[in-house]
Amino acid sequence: MADKNSFLLRIITPDRIFYENPVNMVEFNTTEGEIGVLPGHIPMTVIVKPGILSISEQEGDKKAALHSGFAEILPESVTILAEVIEWPGEIDEERAKSARERAEKRLSGKSPNTDIAKAETALQRALARIEALR
Amino acid sequence: MASMRDIKRRKSSIQGTQQITKAMKLVSTVKLQRARASAERSKGYFTCMYDTVNSILERVGHIDHKYLTSGASAKKAVIVITANRGLAGGYNSNVIKMVTRHPEWRKQDLELYCLGTKGRDAFIRNGYAVRECDSEIVESPLYKDAAALCSRLLTSFAEGEIGEIYLAYTNFKNTVSHVPTLLKLLPVEIQEDGVSRETEVSAVMNFEPEDAEALDMLIPKYVTSLIYGALRESVASENGARMQAMDNATSNAEEIISDLTLKYNRARQGSITQELTEIIAGAEALG
Repeated sequence: MADKNSFLLRIITPDRIFYENPVNMVEFNTTEGEIGVLPGHIPMTVIVKPGILSISEQEGDKKAALHSGFAEILPESVTILAEVIEWPGEIDEERAKSARERAEKRLSGKSPNTDIAKAETALQRALARIEALR
Repeated sequence: MASMRDIKRRKSSIQGTQQITKAMKLVSTVKLQRARASAERSKGYFTCMYDTVNSILERVGHIDHKYLTSGASAKKAVIVITANRGLAGGYNSNVIKMVTRHPEWRKQDLELYCLGTKGRDAFIRNGYAVRECDSEIVESPLYKDAAALCSRLLTSFAEGEIGEIYLAYTNFKNTVSHVPTLLKLLPVEIQEDGVSRETEVSAVMNFEPEDAEALDMLIPKYVTSLIYGALRESVASENGARMQAMDNATSNAEEIISDLTLKYNRARQGSITQELTEIIAGAEALG
């Protein structure tokens, strides 16, 4: 790539190409913690965890709520295959808030029937949505 | 020669059929446009997922993983995607034939997951073991449904109930060409033709988390996306096939109608001539 300070970021969902542009940096949450990717990163495959995806473009920053998928990182490009991802404009705030309450209630209820992992993912997802709106 | 009334009745019945086929053609044309647009939109994900997983596996090399080695069971699970309705030319029967006439498969080894009622009915009729069927999913494919089906399949695969998973669907090449395709989902086959690419990539792929754990999470996503992509393509193919079939039916009806019109006119002319001859003969007899 001609420009040393940028790399190609592609975000693809099952229904559309969500984003495809050269960017300076991208940050998101993975199973191993939050990472920021700059151009020239070593090849790596990471699994996405619900969280904020922030893109640093030439013109400014962009945010989106990224929920699940995985990313293939190469020195000159990053491809995120996202199962679920939303721009802030597409998020229903009321729904996210009620989802957070429900998940919190389930986690604090400590009933033996609750699927802890599932409730935790739901909570993370709701938090990512609310965070993206700010 | 058939009477005028008979010909007229036959003609109007064919005209009625033609109107129906014409309407069905228009409907499937509209549906095709919609299905094709969404198939094209999801194609990016589908091919990208396929390439990515292949390139990852290439770099990882042959590692021992539960999804990469074939299970001990001789059972094969086959996901068959057909339509819920007929009148689509060879669309349904081509997919079904591909499964029933497969040279290496025996009936008792197969466990079928039928998406679409046409396939289910045909396989039950022929005495195949249909494990599951879902007709709703074909009407409007949702990623969620594909993921649910995939997780059920992977559980049985991991438990050793089934040894291999295949996907039978119709590949949508363009509006007139739809190819029935059989795809092996699991165990994942590593493409051997990618050797040249491997030399280009000097650095080795890193995984976070570890290889095995990452593949555990990647493979289900990979299989789901293949199922979902196949569903989208099949829906587009179904409407394409139906549009073609109905177009042929309409033009056939047109042909028959013009033939009948000719016969009708001839019969009418014949009856007029006959009447005239009778009158003249009568007048002559009187004179």
